[in-house]
Amino acid sequence: MVKDLEDVVIRTASRILIPFIQIYSLYVFVHGHGSPGGGFQGGCIMAASFILMAVAFNLNMAERRLKERTNAIFCALGVFIYAGTGYLSFLYSGNFLDYGQLSHLLPTDPIKARYYGMAMIELGVQITVMAVMVSIFLDLVTAGKHEKTPEEDGND
Amino acid sequence: MTDFILSKYNYWIYVILIMIGFYGMMAKNNLMKKLIGMTIFQWSIILFYISIGSKKGGTVPIIDPSLHPAIRAVDYINPLPHVLMLTAIVVGVATTGIALSLLILIYRKYGTVEEDEILEALKK
Amino acid sequence: MNKLAALLVTLMVGGLLFYSTAFFPKWGDPKQPGSMHVSPRYIEKTLAETKVPNAVTSVLADYRGYDTMFETSVIFTAGIAVMMLLRRPS
Repeated sequence: MVKDLEDVVIRTASRILIPFIQIYSLYVFVHGHGSPGGGFQGGCIMAASFILMAVAFNLNMAERRLKERTNAIFCALGVFIYAGTGYLSFLYSGNFLDYGQLSHLLPTDPIKARYYGMAMIELGVQITVMAVMVSIFLDLVTAGKHEKTPEEDGND
Repeated sequence: MTDFILSKYNYWIYVILIMIGFYGMMAKNNLMKKLIGMTIFQWSIILFYISIGSKKGGTVPIIDPSLHPAIRAVDYINPLPHVLMLTAIVVGVATTGIALSLLILIYRKYGTVEEDEILEALKK
Repeated sequence: MNKLAALLVTLMVGGLLFYSTAFFPKWGDPKQPGSMHVSPRYIEKTLAETKVPNAVTSVLADYRGYDTMFETSVIFTAGIAVMMLLRRPS
């Protein structure tokens, strides 16, 4: 009886907070150029929102919102975006990871193209850090088996 | 004397943290406690590097765009240790994750995480 | 190893480290060797060469972008390693 009441408080608070945590992580990522923040910090906060979902509710709900297959694809997608931006400057006869050559692609001058190149690679870093943190947490907590409980009460 | 203590006490605090982590890694019997000692050691090194980069009278290294040509480097603290330690923090997280998963495998195989019981089971 | 030997070794290492802090620069010295060679160049040129006011982000992503790429691949490898160790069909 008391455990049901505890669950109601935690579940309602998490249900309200999780979208705001995700918006805050995007805010921290986008403002990485003008205030403290960036890719790593935003990725950790976004991972914290999914971990809160797995801790406050059961594993079924976290699986329904972020499937394991999508999570594994996100792990590799971030590194691909980072290295892809580095290779993109090869096409315009520049050095590797030389963002000034991206001015041939984007309609800006070479100094501003470095600004946009940094934003692109920070996106890759955020996606990878988020996916790997959620994946490591779920693997360690379930010891690899990922057994899901049968649906006991219809919360979603 | 007070000047000597006030200018060096941050290094002493981090040396004490290093000693605590080092003792925990060597002297404890439980594998999980050894792992916690290694984690304390790692984070104290990161804190030590960050404390090197501070400057008296300096502020956060975000340049005010309104004073564009007259930027003096003595007004801002050193950004290099912060950058290098971001990488070190992520490497520490990766190491801790893999070490914990190895502990799970050891527990599955031997049924215990005490070091002396594992060594006895290995001798047989 | 027993706890007394561990305590002695820890105290010896700690004593050596305490002795070496006498040669470190003062805390907050603006002229210490860590802040003298390449770091003033990063602070003074970051707004002119890349229009990013945050010196930490511009050093991390532009001047030292190669290190960050390999660090991202390190965390990716750690995620793959935990998957390979733990998700075995038993």
